Amino acid sequence: MPNLKDLKTRIESVTSTRKITKAMQMVSAAKLRRAQEAAEAGRPYADRMNAVMANLAGASAGAEGAPKLLAGSGDDKVHMLVVATAERGLCGGFNSSIAKMARAHAEKLIAAGKTVKILTVGKKGREQLKRDFGDRMVDHVDLSEVKKIGYVNANSIASDVVARFNAGEFDVATIFYNKFESVISQVPTALQLIPASFETTDGEESPFYEYEPGEDEILADLLPRALSTQVFTALLENGASEQGARMSAMDNATRNAGDMIDKLTIQYNRSRQAAITNELIEIISGAEAL
Amino acid sequence: MATLQFDLVSPERKLASAEADEIQIPGSEGDFTAMADHAPVITTLRPGVLRVITGNDVTEYVVTGGFVEISGTSASVLAEQAMPKSEVSADVVNEMIAAAEAAVQGLEGAEKDMADKRLADTKALLDAI
Repeated sequence: MPNLKDLKTRIESVTSTRKITKAMQMVSAAKLRRAQEAAEAGRPYADRMNAVMANLAGASAGAEGAPKLLAGSGDDKVHMLVVATAERGLCGGFNSSIAKMARAHAEKLIAAGKTVKILTVGKKGREQLKRDFGDRMVDHVDLSEVKKIGYVNANSIASDVVARFNAGEFDVATIFYNKFESVISQVPTALQLIPASFETTDGEESPFYEYEPGEDEILADLLPRALSTQVFTALLENGASEQGARMSAMDNATRNAGDMIDKLTIQYNRSRQAAITNELIEIISGAEAL
Repeated sequence: MATLQFDLVSPERKLASAEADEIQIPGSEGDFTAMADHAPVITTLRPGVLRVITGNDVTEYVVTGGFVEISGTSASVLAEQAMPKSEVSADVVNEMIAAAEAAVQGLEGAEKDMADKRLADTKALLDAI
């Protein structure tokens, strides 16, 4: 049985933990709103870009001399996994779920005899994957100094990936991130970047566009941008997911701390009562003995 | 007079959305004006000034690239960077020129021509503002 003083210290420590988790939860809630707004604001651009690309890509996919970014390098040997995670922990299963998915994917590819290269975005994913795939990591993008993810960040990641692709470093690139569904649900998602794939819009008949300059030039011009946009969307979704995951994790932590405080307080009171009763018995039996 | 729906979006946010009578667009192959019932066109942009005209109001934006999608009823400009012209100072353009100059370095052939053109367009922007 722990003594009274220990219990008291314990209660105090859990109380301050609860204060911290509560504060973190509030901060995440505020950040989540901002992240969601950012994701929302980026959607019109991404949607339009996707629609136009689907249109263009559909036309040139099978054609001779289609851009390599779209058609692929014609090989399937070297895979590049872009693993986007958070820079910080304490957000529940957010980082592990991405890492887990990437790891499963990598293991499957390795088992199939492919070469796997990993580019990590965000410190946490790197830490989790380093042990198993340390020798396969080609680069790491640090976003810890970045307060608000901008298109520039996504653009630099995408250009890096494209440059590596053009240099023949890999054949297929896939990005892993968490798609934001709601505060309590974030879905780990794998999106193939290269060869680029664009979801066609839902059966909407698009007018027959005239392209200026030619279709090929536009496609060549837009493909890298479309990739940057895809990376940007992924990063934004990730940002919102991270805050959502942290918010629910901290909510749980706050509740657990509350339960713990209640339990410890009961224990503390019981011990105190026991100690008092003991003292009384000692006094009474002392008096009786006289 | 029929109007067309004008949207100006950047990757980070929607900058403008309005009904417009006509839109003057700095296309990479030359400037043109889009009005209602324009034939569907997709074209890339060069660095330049985009004018949106509604009645007597003229709103001007400086765009640095991207593309525009025009259908008979709407014009969507997807710009990588776009700012209201009033917010653009010579310093901003000079920065853009410096970036374009840096991009020219080390390129060859057709790529260099493209970068050179971009640089020239950006320099022309200095006079436009």
